[in-house]
Formats: sequence, structure tokens, C-alpha cells
Amino acid sequence: MIRALTTRRTEMAPFLLLLPAVATMLFVVALPLIFSLWTSLTPYKLTKPNTLYDFIGLTNYVRIFGDWDFWEAFLRTIGFLTVALNVEFALGLGIALLINKITWGQRGLRTIMMFPMMFSPILVGFQFKFLFNDHIGVVNNALQSLGLTNRAIPWLVDAKLAMFSITLAEVWMSTSIFAILLLAGLFAMPRDPLEAAKVDGCNAWQVFRHITLPFLMPFAYIAMAIRSLDVARAYDLVAVMTDGGPAGRTELLWTLIARVGYDEAKMGQANAMAYVSTILSILFTWYFYRKLVAARRYMGGAE
Amino acid sequence: MAEITLEKVVKRYGALGVVHGIDLTIAHEEFVVLVGPSGCGKSTTLRMIAGLEDITGGLVKIGGQVVNDLPPRKRNISMVFQNYALYPHMNVRDNLGFGLKIAGQSPAEIARRVTEAADILGLVPLLDRTPAELSGGQRQRVAMGRAIVRNPDAFLFDEPLSNLDAKLRGQMRAEIKKLHQKVRTTVVYVTHDQVEAMTLADRIVVMKDGNIEQVGTPMEVFNHPLTTFVATFIGSPPMNLLPGTIAGQIVRLADGTEVPVPDRLQRFVRDGMAVQLGIRPDDISPVGHGLSQDGPGAEVSLTVDLAEPLGMESLIYTRLAGQEVQAKLYGPRIVAPGEVLAFRLALDRAHLFDAASGKSVRAH
Ligand SMILES: Nc1ncnc2c1ncn2[C@@H]1O[C@H](COP(=O)(O)OP(=O)(O)OP(=O)(O)O)[C@@H](O)[C@H]1O
Ligand SMILES: [Mg+2]
Repeated sequence: MIRALTTRRTEMAPFLLLLPAVATMLFVVALPLIFSLWTSLTPYKLTKPNTLYDFIGLTNYVRIFGDWDFWEAFLRTIGFLTVALNVEFALGLGIALLINKITWGQRGLRTIMMFPMMFSPILVGFQFKFLFNDHIGVVNNALQSLGLTNRAIPWLVDAKLAMFSITLAEVWMSTSIFAILLLAGLFAMPRDPLEAAKVDGCNAWQVFRHITLPFLMPFAYIAMAIRSLDVARAYDLVAVMTDGGPAGRTELLWTLIARVGYDEAKMGQANAMAYVSTILSILFTWYFYRKLVAARRYMGGAE
Repeated sequence: MAEITLEKVVKRYGALGVVHGIDLTIAHEEFVVLVGPSGCGKSTTLRMIAGLEDITGGLVKIGGQVVNDLPPRKRNISMVFQNYALYPHMNVRDNLGFGLKIAGQSPAEIARRVTEAADILGLVPLLDRTPAELSGGQRQRVAMGRAIVRNPDAFLFDEPLSNLDAKLRGQMRAEIKKLHQKVRTTVVYVTHDQVEAMTLADRIVVMKDGNIEQVGTPMEVFNHPLTTFVATFIGSPPMNLLPGTIAGQIVRLADGTEVPVPDRLQRFVRDGMAVQLGIRPDDISPVGHGLSQDGPGAEVSLTVDLAEPLGMESLIYTRLAGQEVQAKLYGPRIVAPGEVLAFRLALDRAHLFDAASGKSVRAH
């Protein structure tokens, strides 16, 4: 009898030891998830706590799917993400290739390259807001001094220009992530296939196109998976620079969600949007992860 | 026609000289093997021919044209690397056809030539695999296939077999030889394995410390080594070298043992000259157990220190003139350590080297 108990106890030990971790996970991840999922199924308003118990099914989802403002923010987020990631990839690749060529001062440059990542996105937002200010901003000042224009270009007021300015700030802040990961890829690149390609008749561009780039793509996909999560939840930069304006023309998913949830206090509806956004992020990650796995499959025989 | 000529070729990395002005002419369709110990500059020389390494001084010509400033792609050569250097993201078919694709060949032509090369090398069943899914020997074959599809003027091999196990190395060595008989092209082959050098080469180039020690057919290099370095590097087990002094027509070894100077070397020696007597283990054998019984010889009686039976022959360690020497016993006879046997030195195949310079006395 006593024996049976002790064996039971040893059998239980792993589960007991895991309990604190499991409990924390439940409390920190699962509970909020379930709670927010539930609120997205209610007309929950922050100002009327009782609405939390009003189950209304998928009404919130039906409403946002019929709401043009939501779709605009949704598509704009995807567009923003696509443009930002591609530009960051192209620039990051260029920087990585250049730095890889340098033999002297490479460490210093690598550190300097990280600087933009060390600043809080909010401060970056403020900085760019001042740079692009139509009256006192450095950009307009420079353009006017150079005689390129005599107008005050409304960088943050015109809808298209505002989106451009935000994208620029985003690219400035995060290109180095691509640069660093791609540089790591270049460091890991075996030299032999490059030489084989040269002997096989490739010029410098062909070596890059057919050998270097395919080798770097897994690194690019890792960067894209990370960055797609980051950009899809972009809030701070936009909130600071334009706050989704003018007239909602730079509204992204999360600025819209914050507005609906806090300004209009419609937390149920905001959470429904947040769930859609989360699914979007999961789709992006899944997509890049698939690309990564496909690209990595052949890397086993690299040497 | 692709004759490869090196004229006073020098390679320096900063102040460090690696290749010190070598001259070499490789004839059209000739199979030349560069052999030498690690770090002697074989790969560097090969890579200068390929265009992968800048040439510090001298001229490299391919087919009569100076190629010093041509990039690899304009030299029409193929190279097989030690680590295969396959393109990891392409399957075997694309690896083989890559050079043709870059050259702008039509897909039909590429397919035809890839199939042809794959046929020669037995790669047909592997065409759709990626390099990661191949064994070492298969990768090596793909690397060779990639080299032959392009019909280059010359093949350059840099230790292509050194990553394979002994058995596979033997097989692939034979395949390379067959391949060269089928696809007659100029070949420059780098190795530090003297067996590969002996078996594959039309001519062997023995290198040491960035210089060429000797160039010759395998038999010339084996039978008439110009230096003690070549003598001990080519041939396994290595040639025994015994210091001695010339006294008339006698070599007096360190312990006073006297051995006649071989007839064919007599006119090269001076009285009092300090020499090294070189004699291969195959040419020191117990009487009645040697390769040849006739011809000039000398008999000494030696004590067996250790015997390694190899089946039809045994390698014997003994001492001669106060120095350990290796000898060979032919025939299935067991010898025990401590046994004293009469050994015959086949002097018609012995060598004499100048002790100071290490050069064969014939070279003076
Ligand atoms: N990039 C380089 N910078 C400086 N020295 C180098 C460089 N590459 C090679 N060397 C030196 O040049 C010498 C010759 O090198 P090489 O690779 O030609 O030797 P090897 O004969 O091919 O030897 P192994 O049999 O080991 O391949 C070596 O001493 C090596 O240290
Ligand atoms: Mg080498």
C-alpha cells in the first residue's frame, strides 16, 4: 500500500513540478485570450461594465466586416507591411553586402547600424514628426534652401505624403534588422560554391543572383517573419506622427482598434477587430515560415 | 588546343611568399599531378591557373594566351573542389546544367549534355535529388559531372578524393583515370597522396615550400629522384637514407660498413664526398626473398627488430649503420624479432645524394 503510494507520488512529480509554469501560462496567456474572445462576443463598453454579460454572438464581427473604415485600415495595414518589408529587405541587403565587403572598421559600422533600433518607436515618431513638420521641419527647410521648392510641402497632412512619411520612419527604424540578419547570412556563406560559380562562367551579378541570393533567402524569411508581426501591430509611430489622420487616411488596424476601444469605449467591437488582426499576423508568420522551411530544406548540403 | 604554361609564377600574401617563381609547361591533353606536403603551395598554384587567386608575378598562359588578368569565366576551365562545392539549392540536374545555362545554351542542348554526362558518371537515377540527399562519393561524381558537361579546355582538380574513405577513393581514382581516357582533356590535378600521383599522372610535379623539386613521369620520379625530398616523398614506405663518405669506389657508412658505389654512379662521385646512400625497402631483402637476385649487390647480416607480415610480403624493421631502416621480405615466410638474416642490397637500384645539398649526385 505504502509502496503504491510512493510510486504514485514519483509518477506525479513531473506534473507537480510543471504546475507553476502551467499556472502562469494559464493566468498570463490563456485567461486574457479567453476573456478578450468572450468580450468580442458581447457589446462590452468600458463605461457600462454590465454589458460584459450580454452575449450577442457574432454581431460584432458582422458589424466590422460591413464597416468600410475597418476594411480600409485592414488593407492599408497590409499595404504598409508589404511596402515597408520590401524596402527594408532591399536596403538591408544592400547595406549587408557593402559592410561584408569592408575589411576595416566593420565592427564599428555594425554597431552604428544598430542605433535606430535602440530608440523607442515613440521617440522616433516624434523625431520624424518634427523633421516632416510643414512649417518648422528640417525636410521642408532643406528643400527650400536648395531651391527645389518654395512651397511648404504638407508631409504629414496630405494623405499620400503622410503614409509615405510614416513608411520612411518605419524603414529608417528597422532596416538594420534585415541588414544584421542578412549580414549574419553572408558571414555563414560557404566560399566554395561562389568560386565554383565563377569558374562555371558567372559574372559578379550572376553569382549574386544564382548563388548568394538563394543562400540568403532563409535569413530574409526569418527577418520577414519577425518584422511582419512587428509591422502588423504598428501603433506608436502612427499614433505620434498623424494619429491616423488626416480624416482617417493613415489609419492602420491598431490605431483604429485603439480608437474604437478607448475613445469610443466599444471594447467588444475593438476586440473583434483585434482578433481579425491576430489572425492576419498568424497568416503572415505561417506564410514566411513555410517559405523558410522550403528554402532551408536544401541547406543541409551546403558545404 | 589547351597547353597551360606557367612562367616564373610568383604568389605572395603581403610579405609572405607562398609560390616562388615556378616554371611549368603542361601539354595539350596531358594529365599532370601536382604533389607535395601540406602547405607547399599546390592549391595556390592551381587557383592561380583557375583565376581564383591573383598572380603576384610571372605569366600564366592557357592555349598560348596570357590569362593573368582574365576572370575565371573567360578562361574556359572547369574545377573540381575538395569539398565538392555543389550548389546546395539546386538538384543534381540543375547543378550539372548550371554552367551551360549561364552560357546561354538552349534547354534542349542542356538536357542532352546533362544526360550524356550523367550517363558517363552513373548519375541518371540521382538527377532529381539535392546535394544534401547524396553520399560523399555521389557528390564527388556530381562535381566531376559538372566539370565535364561544359567541354572545357582544361580540368583542374584540387584534392578531389581526400574526403572519401579509402575504398571509395580507390574506386574514384580509377573512374577519374577512365574518364580522362574517354574525355581527353588537359588535366591539372592536385593531391598530397603519392599513390594518386603515381597512378593518375602522365607527369608528376613534386613541390616543396613553393618551389618545384622535380618534374617527370611517375617512373622517372620514382626511379631517378633528383633530391632526397623527392626520394622520401614518392614511394611507400619511404626510401631509407644512410649517411656515409665516399672512399674511392666505396661508400663507407657511419659505422664503418662498406658498400660499393653502384656502377652507374661511379663517374659522379669524388673521393671524400659526404653523401647519403638511398635505398628503398624493396631493395633490401633477405637473400632468396628479394625482387631480383642478380645484378650488383652487397650482402650484410642484420638483426630483425620487428616484422609486419602483410600476407605475401612482410615489412621488416632492422638497423643498418646505426640507423633504423625498413626492408621487405617477399614470400610467405614468418620471421621472428631477434632473428639474424643475411640481407641483400640491390645496389643497381640504389641512389647517392650529396649530403650538403640533398641533390642527387647525378645532378652535379
Ligand atoms: N589567404 C591567404 N593568406 C595568407 N596565406 C595563405 C593564404 N592562403 C594560403 N596561404 C598560405 O599559403 C601556403 C600554401 O597554401 P596552399 O593552400 O597552396 O597549400 P597546399 O599545398 O594546397 O596545402 P594542402 O595540401 O594542405 O591543401 C600555406 O602556407 C598557407 O598558409
Ligand atoms: Mg590545398
